[in-house]
Amino acid sequence: MAIDKQELKSVLAKPLFDNNPIALQVLGVCSALAVTSKLETALVMCLALTVVIAFSNMLISLIRNQIPSSIRIIAQMVVIASLVILVDQLLKAYAFETAKQMSVFVGLIITNCIVMGRAEAYAMKNGPVMSFFDGLGNGLGYSVILIAVAVIRELFGSGTILGYTIFELVNNGGWYKPNGLLLLPPSAFFIIGLLIWAIRAWKPEQVEETN
Amino acid sequence: MPARNESFGKTIFVAVALCLVCSIVVSSAAVFLKDKQISNASLDKKRNILVAANLLKEDTDIEAAFANIEQKFVELSTGQFVTVENPETFNQRQAAKVKATSVTIEDDPARIARRSKIASVYLVRDQNKSNQIETIILPFHGKGLFSTMYGFIALKSDKQTIVGLKFYEQGETPGLGGEVENPNWLSIWNGKKLMSDDGKPALKIVKGVSKNEFEVDGLSGATMTTRGIQNMIDYWLSDQAFGLFLSTLDVNQPVTNKGDA
Repeated sequence: MAIDKQELKSVLAKPLFDNNPIALQVLGVCSALAVTSKLETALVMCLALTVVIAFSNMLISLIRNQIPSSIRIIAQMVVIASLVILVDQLLKAYAFETAKQMSVFVGLIITNCIVMGRAEAYAMKNGPVMSFFDGLGNGLGYSVILIAVAVIRELFGSGTILGYTIFELVNNGGWYKPNGLLLLPPSAFFIIGLLIWAIRAWKPEQVEETN
Repeated sequence: MPARNESFGKTIFVAVALCLVCSIVVSSAAVFLKDKQISNASLDKKRNILVAANLLKEDTDIEAAFANIEQKFVELSTGQFVTVENPETFNQRQAAKVKATSVTIEDDPARIARRSKIASVYLVRDQNKSNQIETIILPFHGKGLFSTMYGFIALKSDKQTIVGLKFYEQGETPGLGGEVENPNWLSIWNGKKLMSDDGKPALKIVKGVSKNEFEVDGLSGATMTTRGIQNMIDYWLSDQAFGLFLSTLDVNQPVTNKGDA
């Protein structure tokens, strides 16, 4: 099975900005609201989702010719759910503090539309190697947005990045009065909206046609 | 897609095989990682207890520091130590839900409805002189604005002076009530007194700047949360909960359990 270099580059790079799962397809937004108040949880979430989506794409692609189409959605769910539980268990064993902060949101990767969207749209039609990279690319596209949102929220909401103080808070005797709204989930809506605006201003071809 | 995939037999076969493989993977992960997860959870609890007692410094080894702390069980209605069957698995939160092991709280300032009959307490002993109890660490919980806050409160051997507080689970507003986890705010509790000299509960969380050792600065923007903490302290240190235990505990005596050899 030969890998087309051109194709590989496109499945990896496209989801970053040209066809971003959050910014263009507007999928997987709920977890982007929930885990981005701190950069650390956002990073772990990105890692968890990228691993799940890459391997679920690969595994589903491997068995795609055996799955009867009448049960294909539930078969995809079984694979995705098993991987998510695996990741959740690993996090609880090796990154307990972060896993505790993320509570149910790791488990909710199961219902993340990006994962199932890629399984149905790409892995069911393409080979396992390309599917793996397609998952990886989409995971990275999700991560780009999540990390951007988390940096903004943590820096202006708590004055820190990864827990290190950047702006000394008034509460701790410094000068910075944090913006409390940024610590609440709705603020991520505004930031994602602004990011989508910025990306579409940069790449006008993403703007939907209006009649 | 080959047409034979759509047959009844093939559909059943794929479904069963897929489920089997996945369930084996998931259950073996759960079994192999269980020990690690349990030790993480217990380490986390120990860390919270050490933080409450102000015993955790930058580079303290948690297990080593915890070796000086003794876990005991108290029957709250009598204030006496008791032994429980499985101290390792004793779960006070679970016990509070089961009718046989809990009681309804009549006057319920902490708004928790029921509490366990038996509570775990942690005692820090002075290692140098006479094995005296130095710090008493009690679990407590109660409603804030949105969530039930769970934490530990540590008292000095005089049972009047607070050493520290630590909340390990809460869902208050981030940045406002969520600041109950801010170590800077928690550190102002150190040295505050619970009762006035005539034995009346005197500790108050106040707005603005505290003027004496019976007053603690409230968190600005978190009136309901701090009121919740006030109620928690009032309830858990009253005679309805740990009060009897605290008044009967002799800090100079080695602890003996009923039924201990």
